[in-house]
Amino acid sequence: MKEFKVTPIRNGTVIDHIDCGQALNVLRVLGINEHNVDSTVSVLMHVASKKTGWKDVVKVEDRELDKQTVDKIALISPKATIDIIRDFNVAEKYKVMLSERVVELVRCGNPNCITNKSEPVRPEFDVEARDPPLLRCVYCDRVLDEISENLI
Amino acid sequence: MNFKDMDVVSIRDFSRAQIEEILERSRAMLPYANGEKVTRALEGKILGNLFFEPSTRTRLSFESAANRLGAKVIDVSQTSTTSIIKGETLADTIRMVEAYSDVIVLRHPHEGAARLAAHFSRKPVINAGDGAGSHPTQTLLDLFTIQEELGAIEGMNVIILGDLKYGRTAHSLAEALTVFGAELTFVAPETLQMPKDTVEQVRRLGGNPRITDDIEGEISSADVLYITRIQQERFPDPAEYQKVAGAYRVDKAMLREAKKELIVMHPLPRIDEISPEVDETHHAKYFKQAFNGIPVRMALLTSVLGVDI
Ligand SMILES: Nc1ncnc2c1ncn2[C@@H]1O[C@H](COP(=O)(O)OP(=O)(O)OP(=O)(O)O)[C@@H](O)[C@H]1O
Ligand SMILES: [Mg+2]
Ligand SMILES: [Zn+2]
Repeated sequence: MKEFKVTPIRNGTVIDHIDCGQALNVLRVLGINEHNVDSTVSVLMHVASKKTGWKDVVKVEDRELDKQTVDKIALISPKATIDIIRDFNVAEKYKVMLSERVVELVRCGNPNCITNKSEPVRPEFDVEARDPPLLRCVYCDRVLDEISENLI
Repeated sequence: MNFKDMDVVSIRDFSRAQIEEILERSRAMLPYANGEKVTRALEGKILGNLFFEPSTRTRLSFESAANRLGAKVIDVSQTSTTSIIKGETLADTIRMVEAYSDVIVLRHPHEGAARLAAHFSRKPVINAGDGAGSHPTQTLLDLFTIQEELGAIEGMNVIILGDLKYGRTAHSLAEALTVFGAELTFVAPETLQMPKDTVEQVRRLGGNPRITDDIEGEISSADVLYITRIQQERFPDPAEYQKVAGAYRVDKAMLREAKKELIVMHPLPRIDEISPEVDETHHAKYFKQAFNGIPVRMALLTSVLGVDI
């Protein structure tokens, strides 16, 4: 029998190996706040990890994540693992992985960028590196400095 | 090599081989650019000049290039300024200009405007400067000038001096020169040095730029001294501006130690970064550089319209 620090979930998703300090941003990406969920959400901050020193973990019951959401997590925690739990067991496991283009996940941080000027375009970035993520705006060519502050 | 319908948005969109081809075509344009020979290669074509910011030089230089090729120019700048006030998006303005012309030249105050225009237009778009973003035709004419004056770009020691932080031309020039294998030295007061982003990009491209605030020690080994404007607006304190501007002002005394072949370049307009006494030295190439905007833009116009000359 495994030892759990928090209540095990029957079905849901564990987001593991989150960069230390990013758990609350992950909750934000998941759109979770105290009013809008009826199932268990556990947040572990600063727990020891066998691989990377310290990590955060978020566990959400009765929820599986779409691609958009997983990509946003990859932006703030490129080492994160997604574990899909079914009937108390890890049924699937994969690492988050950004594609080469990031479309409509983050806003450009350059206030003078044409994508911030009410034009009919979606913010789009080339992924030049994944860990840590280096995003270059397809329009203004600038590197996005504060990714988590610009998440859509 | 085929450039038909290609947009000219950023110098980064071009490979070294493509740039070399454009420079070669620019050289072939020289006799047409100075009026020695006449061509009507673009007869029947219409260039739409769309300037949301005043830039007489760049606008006229495109106009002159088009006229030398027998194309007509429509200046939609007035019209668009009016409709912008009414709140029309750039995307819509572009779709209008696209219907009236065969190639669009855009100058806009917002970074990324040219990429957006290219996205909405099926006709080729040439970026004539977007905010603090790129100005690829300037970079091409700078490369052309070095190539023409020194016979090569590779291996040349190039000093880029002045406002490297905000200077629109300095960033793309540094990257392009690195791709061509030039050795770079960035000279600026610390507050106006090249942004980290650009320095890193130069390193990724294989360059190893020297970064200093002292021009004196650098002059003697330079092949090119490229000066950009230091803008007074960047300094909260006018006295501080005077001090910096004075320290980097290029005059004959500063050039005493220079190699005979050194060329001095400036994108113009200059305020007082270069003393007029330098104009009469054989180092001064900035007026030649301004002229080079014509053959380079002629080469681009014919290339993106797929017309041979
Ligand atoms: N039923 C469950 N309820 C809550 N959390 C669970 C459940 N099952 C597994 N987990 C958590 O999911 C994560 C992945 O579990 P797993 O058994 O694959 O661990 P692991 O072998 O350490 O994985 P990894 O190699 O990805 O670190 C762990 O953080 C574990 O605590
Ligand atoms: Mg583990
Ligand atoms: Zn941008």
